[in-house]
Amino acid sequence: MKSIRIANGQGFWGDSIDAPVNLINYGKIDYLTLDYLAEVTMSIMQRQKKKDPENGGYATDFVKLIDSTIHEILKNNIKIIANAGGVNPIACKRELLKIAKKNNIDLKIAIVSGDDIYGSINSIIEDGHTLDNLYTGESIHSIIDNIYSANVYIDSFSVADALSLGADIVLCGRISDPGLVVAPCIHEFGWPRDDYDRLASATVAGHIVECGAQCTGGNFSKWMDVEGFDDIGYPIAVVNEDGSFKIEKPEGTGGVINKFTVSEQILYELGNPKKYISPDVCVDFTSFLLDDSGNNSVGVSGVKGFPPTETFKVSVSYFDGYKASGQLTISGPNAVAKAEKSAEIIWKKMDNLGISFDKKSTEFLGLSSCHKSLAVMPDVVNEVVLRLGVKSFDKSAVSRFTKEIAPLITAGPPGVTGFAEGRPRVREVVSYWPALIDKKIIKTKADV
Amino acid sequence: MARILSDMAYARSGDKGPNVNVGIVFEREEDYLKAVDFLTSSVVKSYFGDMVKGDVVRYELPNLNSLNFILNDSLEGGGSETLINDAQGKTFGQAILMMKVDF
Repeated sequence: MKSIRIANGQGFWGDSIDAPVNLINYGKIDYLTLDYLAEVTMSIMQRQKKKDPENGGYATDFVKLIDSTIHEILKNNIKIIANAGGVNPIACKRELLKIAKKNNIDLKIAIVSGDDIYGSINSIIEDGHTLDNLYTGESIHSIIDNIYSANVYIDSFSVADALSLGADIVLCGRISDPGLVVAPCIHEFGWPRDDYDRLASATVAGHIVECGAQCTGGNFSKWMDVEGFDDIGYPIAVVNEDGSFKIEKPEGTGGVINKFTVSEQILYELGNPKKYISPDVCVDFTSFLLDDSGNNSVGVSGVKGFPPTETFKVSVSYFDGYKASGQLTISGPNAVAKAEKSAEIIWKKMDNLGISFDKKSTEFLGLSSCHKSLAVMPDVVNEVVLRLGVKSFDKSAVSRFTKEIAPLITAGPPGVTGFAEGRPRVREVVSYWPALIDKKIIKTKADV
Repeated sequence: MARILSDMAYARSGDKGPNVNVGIVFEREEDYLKAVDFLTSSVVKSYFGDMVKGDVVRYELPNLNSLNFILNDSLEGGGSETLINDAQGKTFGQAILMMKVDF
């Protein structure tokens, strides 16, 4: 039975820059998929595009990767599928073509488009598509004047079309994360749109590998049993024509693949397991079984799928004010009491200035910032990091806050340090508005 | 016999907008079956206390000896809007592994 080997070398923008290089040099893969977009990433890219509309707004790490590995990619006959286009795939392609020209290589780069509905969002809403917030039910009219971007998580078939055009590199914007794996399966095996079980199976494979090393021993509860974190292998889904697949990693790499590392990742960011919704298919995550070979290889078979929904998910980003966070390290006797006092002083000074915020946070890192009242308090705390944050639509208020942290070192309790980084930056808050949109009004296409 | 969940299970958490999901994978089926009875959504809700503002929904995955919990409204906004250190709920999984259980 025919099978294809699809690797993931990037779980998010900012992931290991060595991982994709290692997979390319390893060579025994047919496809390399690279996921550069988390929900938060789209808003970062949008801010970059706002600063530089011509050149900003895509994953620059991807261009550097291709620049340094283009000869090995072609030599090892690896096709690349990446959502590195972000909110500006044309700029990304332009940079890639420069690399091709520099190396005198004929590189076929396809762009999959149709996900970006920013330009037409007002008319879409006027036509009666409400785009209510998927979590809160709020009307989009509350943010409509502040929208920075709107992208649809499009289906995998247009990405498969791009591969059919003979592309060496397929550049997408927003597609579903598992779609990076589903698309080459559709292309290679010719699965039709109603082949729900096999599409569902490839979707599970994509879900398992989409966060890179999170299925090969990274972020694993039994971390003490994992060897070779420094050289952790990134995952390869070996997908068979019947949809069943195995999760593997290059021989000799660090990390571990077993049924528990894979199970943990299956549960990652999962909602209702009976109905995992992708643009291509709905998947029953309770339908399949794992087969752990005991040799860094876990098989998955029996995945059941059913017809997809009538809607795509839309990710809208919008301007939502300003924020800043700053921190101080407080040491010595009564470190916690001194940290509490320091926070009190800063908030009192803001009050004295008549400045208030939409949101404030006071956290004690090393003590309770992650687990709040669940955290067990130690008898003696040697040092604690005080972390304060504010959010407001008034930029000058946030800016004023950033100037009140350093003075505590000389004008507050003793033993306060850790301000070498200088004043915190005031950052724009770009928030994320998830919604659903009728599939019928979204037109996707692939161009080389 | 009193144990903590990390003696018998693995966990991973992440964000879904302002909500957090916590997946728990039990090593052995017998512990999973006991957990199905013991680890109800209300037990988990009261365990997390001030970490979880909204309600808790539980899903079962018997094929993986796993439970999946959705902890609604747990990230003070979530995404890029929240000010909290663990903005993406990455540490909730480790928190639940410290839970004492009586089976």
